[in-house]
Amino acid sequence: MSWVQHLPALQVVVPLISAPLAVLLRRNNLAFAVVTAAAWAAFATAIALWWQVDDGGTISYQIGSWAPPWGIEYRIDRLNSFVLVLISGMAAIVLPYTRFGIARTVPREVHYLFYAMFGLCLTGLLGITITGDAFNVFVFLEISSLSTYVLIALAADRRALTAAYQYLIMGSIGATFFVIGIGFLYLMTGTLNLADMAVQLRTVESTRPILVALAFITVGISLKAALFPLHQWLPNAYAYAPSAVTAFIAATATKVSLYVLIRFYFSVFGHSPVFADLPLPQIMLVLSLLAMFAANFVAIFQSNVKRLFAYSSVGQIGYITLGLSFDSVHGLAAAIMHLFNHGIAKGAIFLLIGGIVARLTTRDGHPPVFSFENLAGLSKRMPITCLAIVIGGLSLIGVPGTAGFISKWHLILAAFEKGQWWLVGAILVSSLLAVAYVWRFIETAYFRDPDPDKETWGEPPLGMLIPALILIIATVWFGFDTSFTVGSALDAAEQLMRDSR
Amino acid sequence: MNADQLILFILILPIVGSLGIALAKRWPNLRETVTLTTAVVLFFSVTRLIDPVLSGTLPSLTLLSPLRNLPIAFSVEPLGMLFGLLASGLWIVNSLYSIGYMRKNDEKHQTTFYVCFALAIGAALGLAFAANLLTLFLFYEFLTLITYPLVTHAGTEEAKQAGRVYLGTLMGTSVLFLLPAIIYTWHVAGTTDFRPGGILPDTLSPGAAAVLLALFMFGIAKAAIMPLHRWLPRAMVAPTPVSALLHAVAVVKAGVFSVVKVVVYIFGLDLLAGTTGWLIALSSFTILSASLIAFNANNLKRRLAYSTISQLSYIILAAAILTPLSVLGAGLHIAAHALGKITLFFAAGSIYTAAHKTEVSQLDGIGRRMPWTMGAFAFGSLSLIGVPPFVGFISKWYIVSGAVEQEQWLALAVILASTLLNAGYFLPIVHRAFFRPLSADDLAHPHGEAPVLMVVAIWITALATVAAFFYPDVFLSFGQAITTRGAL
Repeated sequence: MSWVQHLPALQVVVPLISAPLAVLLRRNNLAFAVVTAAAWAAFATAIALWWQVDDGGTISYQIGSWAPPWGIEYRIDRLNSFVLVLISGMAAIVLPYTRFGIARTVPREVHYLFYAMFGLCLTGLLGITITGDAFNVFVFLEISSLSTYVLIALAADRRALTAAYQYLIMGSIGATFFVIGIGFLYLMTGTLNLADMAVQLRTVESTRPILVALAFITVGISLKAALFPLHQWLPNAYAYAPSAVTAFIAATATKVSLYVLIRFYFSVFGHSPVFADLPLPQIMLVLSLLAMFAANFVAIFQSNVKRLFAYSSVGQIGYITLGLSFDSVHGLAAAIMHLFNHGIAKGAIFLLIGGIVARLTTRDGHPPVFSFENLAGLSKRMPITCLAIVIGGLSLIGVPGTAGFISKWHLILAAFEKGQWWLVGAILVSSLLAVAYVWRFIETAYFRDPDPDKETWGEPPLGMLIPALILIIATVWFGFDTSFTVGSALDAAEQLMRDSR
Repeated sequence: MNADQLILFILILPIVGSLGIALAKRWPNLRETVTLTTAVVLFFSVTRLIDPVLSGTLPSLTLLSPLRNLPIAFSVEPLGMLFGLLASGLWIVNSLYSIGYMRKNDEKHQTTFYVCFALAIGAALGLAFAANLLTLFLFYEFLTLITYPLVTHAGTEEAKQAGRVYLGTLMGTSVLFLLPAIIYTWHVAGTTDFRPGGILPDTLSPGAAAVLLALFMFGIAKAAIMPLHRWLPRAMVAPTPVSALLHAVAVVKAGVFSVVKVVVYIFGLDLLAGTTGWLIALSSFTILSASLIAFNANNLKRRLAYSTISQLSYIILAAAILTPLSVLGAGLHIAAHALGKITLFFAAGSIYTAAHKTEVSQLDGIGRRMPWTMGAFAFGSLSLIGVPPFVGFISKWYIVSGAVEQEQWLALAVILASTLLNAGYFLPIVHRAFFRPLSADDLAHPHGEAPVLMVVAIWITALATVAAFFYPDVFLSFGQAITTRGAL
């Protein structure tokens, strides 16, 4: 019984310990085993926590038994228990994939460091999500960011270095802005505990420091979440990172930042008069629409397939923030479930693309020019991979029978509730842009003849294919059985809206 | 197995069948046996639902609930029963025909063809039995996606372009118009179930109802109402069995079937009264202009495709007239047109297979060499024109009666004019085939009838058009059940 009480701490501590262990062991295989085991343990922990919250409501865990608001509190409610499952689940699925996935794209002598960084990145993301302390959020944000820069830079492709550097600059600015915002809040409320902060803010007038804090936090987190137009770092980072890393960060890193945004907007600032004075929903709405149209449109014309799907991610983030801007239960629920639904679909697509990259990469580790040219006639050589990418693409479009449809349904329903017919039109037209880029892939892969000069290659190794297919099956599964996703998202949204009003 | 479980069996069977077809890839004879067996078992299973449906106990089945209180559910009502019977019954005939066609023409990727075909039939059945709009939408989209590989089967540039138009139109309209229509229905009615008398509340403003109707009508582009008809002629690039069963029966009938379902079970005839003038006008325009284009088309399949567009709008027109008689006529016309048009497409495919001819102007005297094929073609033509003793007469009769009852003189005039046009574009083909001499070029290239399997298939459907005239009870009982069930 006693250790069950400590699950919130174990959720972070187990992956945290796995990272230095991986470095100490120095053997690639052992490091892999340790970090993978930690990820699966974290997954099990997250499910157990989700279960507990579902059963008994919000869990408050006091680190070192120091009572909040003085000590650090881990606070798990409907919202973050759901996000924890997404993060740890993605890690648990992606890590077995890395065994083959990084074999050629990351130099062999640093594999154990790769696993250590992966463990740290997972720790950071889980920590951001689980903690109820503002400064703690910043610390974990830095842990996850720094390790992500390294993970991206580890790719054998040298362009990954500039991509990582770009991300490092932008990410650091974001983190700095965030911590400045936290500083202002601490100045005004005298507390770092998020729940306590919310109580204090209720009584604080709409003063300038609070406004400034809100602005800094919004910009800082938006940078990390790649909210349009602060997404510049994302396409290069996704395109040149090892595919396993791309899949993991695409499914989790931006999603966790969006979680922080939701947390601050609805839990922390939800009661404060300052929030009501600002046209934040309107600003969010405009930015979301820009993301949905501009990024999806740019995606259509990308020649590099990974960049195409990276821009698609920026567009999909627009749907999530659009859901936030509705400021209603259905809108918020749509945003929360789209975090999950888009995460698994996009994660799956990047894993599958990683399989193609692995087949195209030459033995000396020289990465391919990953353009559409190289994908001509792919369906004849990798039929399963191609079909799976198509199914993932259908989820991005929002075709019924996939998870993407479920989020789109709720998003449109929320727009109807607001009486905003034109927004319904905007959501639907922008999803047609997704049809265009998904079909670009289909026509290349299915209708063009493969280059006869190239040596023939088949499906990627099963170790890469199976994790990707699990995610694809999950994408279809959560298009039909949504008791977990829709249930959690609606509960979380109801809880957030209730708390904030 | 009770009727409810039977629905599940019917839905799963095509999936199992397609797996079997894929596994039997290396052994064509076994593969085709799997297709035929699946088709026969499927049809037999569907017929087992007739008695419960006609006796008024609607077999129903509820699966998962992807959205709260909005499950994927099936409920077999008379109209869906009729559509299901058509799709599954004609699949048997079409499979016989396909085997002859695909082998004789030495088509590529035959396994993919049969797999997609089986799944498309499964999708059509799911759509036919859908108990609510969500389920209908799910299978509607699946039907689009699974027929896409069939349309682009040839893999040529032309096929690719046709595929773009096909997918762009069908998926674009369904996402842009049908999906918001469904969500809005859910928003205002709190349900999307198909219920007698409709589900939309009376409080819905006339303006919103009109917008909603327009969203539904333009969202269901499978019904090929103008200006959303262009995908259908383009889709003729597919192998003829696909054109015959999917683009004369399963896919397009799924469209008009959805239209009738929406009009009868979502809106209800009363709610719509007086608001469908534009729909009557638009479908009338589609009937006439498509007939005129067919009149001028030299390519045989193109002529048949435009004829289909025109005939589909008969059904939309009949539904828009909003009387029990015309709705009955709409239901019957779904069946009548299916039997006639599949016969004509079969004949077109036979001509292509035996003589490699695709244009109407090449058909002089071909009836002497292919008397069986062209004889059946004459049967199909007469049925579509609406002459007794062919089934086309019966459905047209009811539509005309409905129009007279509602004093829709415009609709009546359109139906009569288009009947003349039908005769004008079908009968010259028959005349050419039997009464004109063979050209000198043709005399130099002798050929005979199409393969036996194909001729057998053609005659099954050709005779069915006559049989259905003399024994209309099967169809009429469904039609009447629609009107009683629909509380019209």
